[in-house]
Amino acid sequence: MASIKPRVKVPGSVAAGEVFSVKTLINHDMESGQRKGSDGNKIPRKIINKFEATFNGAAVFTADLETAISTNPFIEFTMKIAEAGDLAMKWTDDDGSVYETSKSIVIG
Amino acid sequence: MNLTRRQALAFGGAAVTVTLIPFKGAFASEVGDAAIAAFTGGATVSEGGIDLTTPEIAENGNTVPIAVSAPGAVSIMIIADKNPNAGVATFHFGAMAEPMAATRIRLAGTQNVVAIAKMADGSFKQTAHAVKVTIGGCGG
Repeated sequence: MASIKPRVKVPGSVAAGEVFSVKTLINHDMESGQRKGSDGNKIPRKIINKFEATFNGAAVFTADLETAISTNPFIEFTMKIAEAGDLAMKWTDDDGSVYETSKSIVIG
Repeated sequence: MNLTRRQALAFGGAAVTVTLIPFKGAFASEVGDAAIAAFTGGATVSEGGIDLTTPEIAENGNTVPIAVSAPGAVSIMIIADKNPNAGVATFHFGAMAEPMAATRIRLAGTQNVVAIAKMADGSFKQTAHAVKVTIGGCGG
């Protein structure tokens, strides 16, 4: 598989207390374990099973994902902040790999 | 038993009615019920109070966009009761998050998408939407 690279869209600056949305996308096959390969055997399950977003270390949003999440999982959530800081996001794969990215948001 | 056409139609109609009646309260799938029970711990779940957005007809079951929001919720679980695995996702909201989430899901066929929200006071609410799927999303 191509290298797994998360993409995140956040506003660069927001007003304090303003609700804004965070859109995330990561390229991943999300192999459900239901499909069969060309040899007739089931392809083993390999999905991203957890997504976590923290802002300045405090948990903001967590999603427990199951096999019913589509390929290249897109997750959108909304939040508001009182002070500037870093929004850190983490995806956890079935095989234990962790993909991370972080975005700075300023108040302005 | 020899059925006339008229009897056969009446019988078929009755069967459809019987199938539809339990659909409203309890959900058709036992898997879905078990997943709901695991989330709620057997607590009573009231209807409504959740804004669940799904397409009425999904042409491709591989990517069905859904959005859910429930004012006052601390977590929301999504269930697709006719999928091989009924669970879809569970969202947990921290203090800074608004109780809203959107994602894209796979649906194996025409079925109900159910959202169950756990409120800050410990109560549970649920909303179900039927989604018609033209092409299923589980490969095979």
